[in-house]
Amino acid sequence: MKLITAIIREVQLDQVREALIEAGITRITVSPVSGHGQQLTKEYYRGQVFVPDLIPKMRLEIAVNDKFVDVTTDTIIKAARSIEGDNMGQVGDGKIFITNLEDCIRIRTNEHGESAI
Amino acid sequence: MTHLKRKPLFALIATGLLFSGKLMAQESVEIDAGATAWMLTSTALVLLMIPGLAMFYGGLVRTKNVLGTMMHSFAAMGIMSILWVAVGYSMSFGSNVLGGWFGWNSDYVFLRGIDTNILEGGVPEYVFSMFQGKFAMITPALIAGAFAERVNFKAYVIFIIAWGLLVYNPLCHWVWAEDGFLFNMGADGAIDFAGGTVVHISAGISGLVAAIYIGARRGFPKQNVRPNNLVMTLMGAGLLWVGWFGFNAGSSIESGLSTAQALTATQVAAAAGAVTWMLIEMWHAGKATALGFASGILAGLVAVTPAAGVVQPLGAIALGIIASILCYMGIMLKNKLGYDDSLDAFGVHGLGGIVGAIFLTFFIRHSWMEDAAAAAGGSWTIWNQLGVQVAAVAIAIVYAAVVTILILFILNKCIKFRSPDEEEMMGLDQVYHGERGYGMLNAS
Repeated sequence: MKLITAIIREVQLDQVREALIEAGITRITVSPVSGHGQQLTKEYYRGQVFVPDLIPKMRLEIAVNDKFVDVTTDTIIKAARSIEGDNMGQVGDGKIFITNLEDCIRIRTNEHGESAI
Repeated sequence: MTHLKRKPLFALIATGLLFSGKLMAQESVEIDAGATAWMLTSTALVLLMIPGLAMFYGGLVRTKNVLGTMMHSFAAMGIMSILWVAVGYSMSFGSNVLGGWFGWNSDYVFLRGIDTNILEGGVPEYVFSMFQGKFAMITPALIAGAFAERVNFKAYVIFIIAWGLLVYNPLCHWVWAEDGFLFNMGADGAIDFAGGTVVHISAGISGLVAAIYIGARRGFPKQNVRPNNLVMTLMGAGLLWVGWFGFNAGSSIESGLSTAQALTATQVAAAAGAVTWMLIEMWHAGKATALGFASGILAGLVAVTPAAGVVQPLGAIALGIIASILCYMGIMLKNKLGYDDSLDAFGVHGLGGIVGAIFLTFFIRHSWMEDAAAAAGGSWTIWNQLGVQVAAVAIAIVYAAVVTILILFILNKCIKFRSPDEEEMMGLDQVYHGERGYGMLNAS
């Protein structure tokens, strides 16, 4: 079992979610977060150019059984990578972290392990 | 508003008696301080409805569109003000031109010629013009609820300018100007006290047409669009209710008996609408929602708008009840038919306006019917008046629908009204305004 944590652009959330549902991954947790990355977007506001320090992003958390890891990450990458002209992918598209998951318990039934996911 | 008579000052100016004409005007009509004070208050109250509407609509959309949606109202407040002073007042309240399509009086361009005018009721014409201007501002802002969350801001700006010039001003002229053809239809005119046809039906129908023309939002109706802030929506509904006293009671253009009648009708219709909607929801859905209560307030207010001058409190309550029932059914039907009138601009304003303008016929106070009978030279029944009301409503519907489609068709050739998919996903705030509504909720 793995825990997939993806940090993506806010604006790609709908797209990623729809793609995941289409791929059969329906159990996800989403939260708004903000942080630093490589992305330096200049914004122009009230006549001044500035670089926002903490950039808002969306965090997706998906716990999956091992055989679903690839399909999940592939789907996220495909949907969250921004396309501008011929350029596939932009700085700021986000990251995916995969961690091992010790256990998973369904509260309702007290089931453990793979069947609880 | 139906009994407003304007002093023929411009006739005097036209004959070259400019100076003496103005003197005579000032001698013949004294300023009525009471009426003027109330009309100034009403003007401010109607203005308050526009930020109220911005809050009402702004709370109902998703977080990424809150500013864009509020800007639809605020942009109308700025743009329509200038447009009204430039040509709107002239097109609405000038004398018939082009066969009565709209009015024109070059003295009204930038309100040049009304600097010292006082209307027969003792109210400076500036006040009347500014009061009327507020109606021209809120009407396009109402339409925006039908196509919320998916239009290009630049195209929206052009749309409301064209719509104000080609739909609002002519309709306003027909219904409220002394030589407007709906003002003179039947024995004593089509009854539209404060803008059922001019404001609500025209905005509702235009919104419906536009919503169908540009199509539904991405993911509609499968994706449930949650309101980002119902607290703001309720505050907006409250401001609208308060402001509506200016809208309706101010439309008497005096401070007297008819003002009091309109104010009372407004209060009870809003309350009846709200309570009815609440009861329907408790019975039909099991829970009385806050949004439902607010929708009921609006349905009642919209329905009493054309009627406020002619109905007594019981009639106003009846209109509020009928409006809430029919608007509720209308929204259920919308969900079945599947067109995306996002914030129910048609469902509440269009339907409510139609309900008010037609059903008011059955609750007209006797004195009005007697006056109408005298004007008709004998008898005038409610069925005669019903015919006039239905005709006025039908004309407003057809005119608003046809011209709105034409505007959208031509506009789409120049600049796409509908946002492209990517921009719709990013949200209006970021794409068209470069801002976030609730930045303070983020760590940065």
